[in-house]
Amino acid sequence: MSTDSTSGGAEVGQPPTAESAATGPLVEVREAVKYFPIRQGIVFKREAGRVHAVEGVSLTVRRGETLGLVGETGCGKSTLARCITKLHPLTSGTLLFEGQDITGLSRSQVRPFRRRMQMIFQDPYGSLNPRRRVGSIIGDPFAIHGEGARDERKPKVQELMELVGLNPEHYNRFPAEFSGGQRQRIGVARALALKPSLIVADEPVSALDVSIQAQILNLLEDLQREFGLTYVFISHDLSVVRHVSDRIAVMYLGQVVELAGSEELHGRPRHPYTNALLSAASVADPDQAAARQRIVLTGDVPSPIAPPTGCRFHPRCPKAQEICVEQTPPLVARAGDPDSHLTACHFPVAPGEDLTRVTATIPEEERAE
Amino acid sequence: MSLLEVSDLHVSFRTTDGDVQAVRGVSFELDAGRTLGIVGESGSGKSVCTQTLLGLTTGARVRGTARFEGEDLLSVSEDEFRAVRGAKIAAIFQDPLSSLHPLYKVGWQIVEMIRAHEPVNRAVARRRAVDLLGLVGIPHPAQRIDDYPHQFSGGMRQRALIAMALALDPKLVIADEPTTALDATVQAQILDLLLRLQQENGMALIMITHDLGVIAGLADEVMVMYAGRAAERADRRGLYYRAHHPYTNGLLESIPSSGAAGARLRPIPGQPPSLIRLPSGCAFHPRCEFAMDRCTREQPELVPVEDGVRHASACWLPGRLLGTTEEMKRARQDAGAAGRTVERVPGQSTGQDAAVEEGAA
Repeated sequence: MSTDSTSGGAEVGQPPTAESAATGPLVEVREAVKYFPIRQGIVFKREAGRVHAVEGVSLTVRRGETLGLVGETGCGKSTLARCITKLHPLTSGTLLFEGQDITGLSRSQVRPFRRRMQMIFQDPYGSLNPRRRVGSIIGDPFAIHGEGARDERKPKVQELMELVGLNPEHYNRFPAEFSGGQRQRIGVARALALKPSLIVADEPVSALDVSIQAQILNLLEDLQREFGLTYVFISHDLSVVRHVSDRIAVMYLGQVVELAGSEELHGRPRHPYTNALLSAASVADPDQAAARQRIVLTGDVPSPIAPPTGCRFHPRCPKAQEICVEQTPPLVARAGDPDSHLTACHFPVAPGEDLTRVTATIPEEERAE
Repeated sequence: MSLLEVSDLHVSFRTTDGDVQAVRGVSFELDAGRTLGIVGESGSGKSVCTQTLLGLTTGARVRGTARFEGEDLLSVSEDEFRAVRGAKIAAIFQDPLSSLHPLYKVGWQIVEMIRAHEPVNRAVARRRAVDLLGLVGIPHPAQRIDDYPHQFSGGMRQRALIAMALALDPKLVIADEPTTALDATVQAQILDLLLRLQQENGMALIMITHDLGVIAGLADEVMVMYAGRAAERADRRGLYYRAHHPYTNGLLESIPSSGAAGARLRPIPGQPPSLIRLPSGCAFHPRCEFAMDRCTREQPELVPVEDGVRHASACWLPGRLLGTTEEMKRARQDAGAAGRTVERVPGQSTGQDAAVEEGAA
């Protein structure tokens, strides 16, 4: 897709050009793998195992869209996000940004790309240095990328503060003088400073109260419209992800198990895990809550150090059969689905099928751990 | 007589910046076998309220009464309290990792808990602990009982805490954000478990949460708290479908709902107030789009609205304005405008300056 003639995919390390910026997906991840080694030993560190955090993920992020990444603790969504922004090097696989391969770039080579991709973090308390003034925190990207003289920065920073709904007069305050929601606005202002094209937001509203959460979601939406931003939005909260996302990728144990348009995914979830996840989401409506059939999964998420063979969901899947233990299902469009709806499952859930009544056909002992 | 009757509870903490008025006159009652949901944002006083019932707010100044089976918990001695806490009133907290001692085996902690209250020997207590772990759905409880907390997953730890809370067959269980630290699918498991155990044991349950979604399928009654006071109290359907207080409606509209994906959210403007320097009158008035002159002067009490005997709201708006239909919104706008001598723009009085000052606390 991105290897069209104008993208200049072969020219590794060149700053993005106007041409490449105009066509193709903004980010393309191919067969991304990220392992974290577990080392043991005091003098001689030997690798005792690996955490398979991300394993064989391929996806694209289109310009101007919001791609939601959902999944539960340990599914690799944050690791994938950090790989996309080059905070973690990939173990293997390819990462294309604006059509150019940036997988193997060194720190200095990646800099011109860095300014075009920014992150917003979950914890508005942990992500701001408490001993520095807000003006200097938001101005950091200018300093790091050597943009503008010191005295030129203040008006720029104040403009940013105004943009995200902070009072520019509070330039000299410390983070402790702001509430949680306002700190998150500071994080947003800092991410916007260099006019990036991609913002990766890792659980940006999870630490906030509901009423404040809505303020930040609206702010992100406004900024996206105003600056044509592309978001990768990570959250464990399905209602939030559904609200902001154009497309949603559901992750389980380091793999994308389903990828589809937001409404398509909610309307016709095909992967049993997606079904379970959607049925477990809390709804603030007593009648809906009472009417809903929850698919209660048995057991816990297996360890990513030794993930199950075949389909990684098979030990907990109500539909699992022999083939699920042996073969990993590819992430492809299944029969009856539009091309944009991809599912990694041998036995995708048919619309209307009641998973609460299905029992697995393979006995527990045969399910490989 | 209800199992628990809390009346006019006040809790404040002295700090160097001034008195933090965490709870300012909260009353509620709860019958055996019923579930009360307490909803509020950070600093609404929902946790302090119930921690006071458990005698866990040391150093706080407490006023009011909390009668449990007719006995005032707030005036008993520490020794007497100890006999009640754990045995008759149990608690489940948000973070299962910090509620379990990391250096002791899970089973040992349950056994100690049983033996602290009942004269049984270790073997009997241990058998009961195994049964309890099985009851809350921990696989192979006879083996897992000798695991340390770190060997349990988050969901299993919360199950272990539930087992511990149920060990002495309490009359009342207080669950303070029991699923907030858990993933969605695990949260669903734990909520189902709590509901099932409650139905089997007939215990009363207080569920504290910031998430209106968590208790939508669980609570018989819901109390919404704001700045240390009850803003609204109603049965479940009344609260979700016919809310009266603008804060409750604001909370409901702040939640991204499945029905209106992509539609713009309507957040409540501004920030929650400082509990040291509270706004005059109704504490919500600086953030309320319908605020009238009266709201800035007089604090509204929780009074019944025109919906049912159990539905009460602390708001000066007419009691017939219920729910968030367009018609009701307009009626509220009109009522608010009629009671106002100076035109105000909602959110302005809590503009950034005020909010930042408050955030400084």
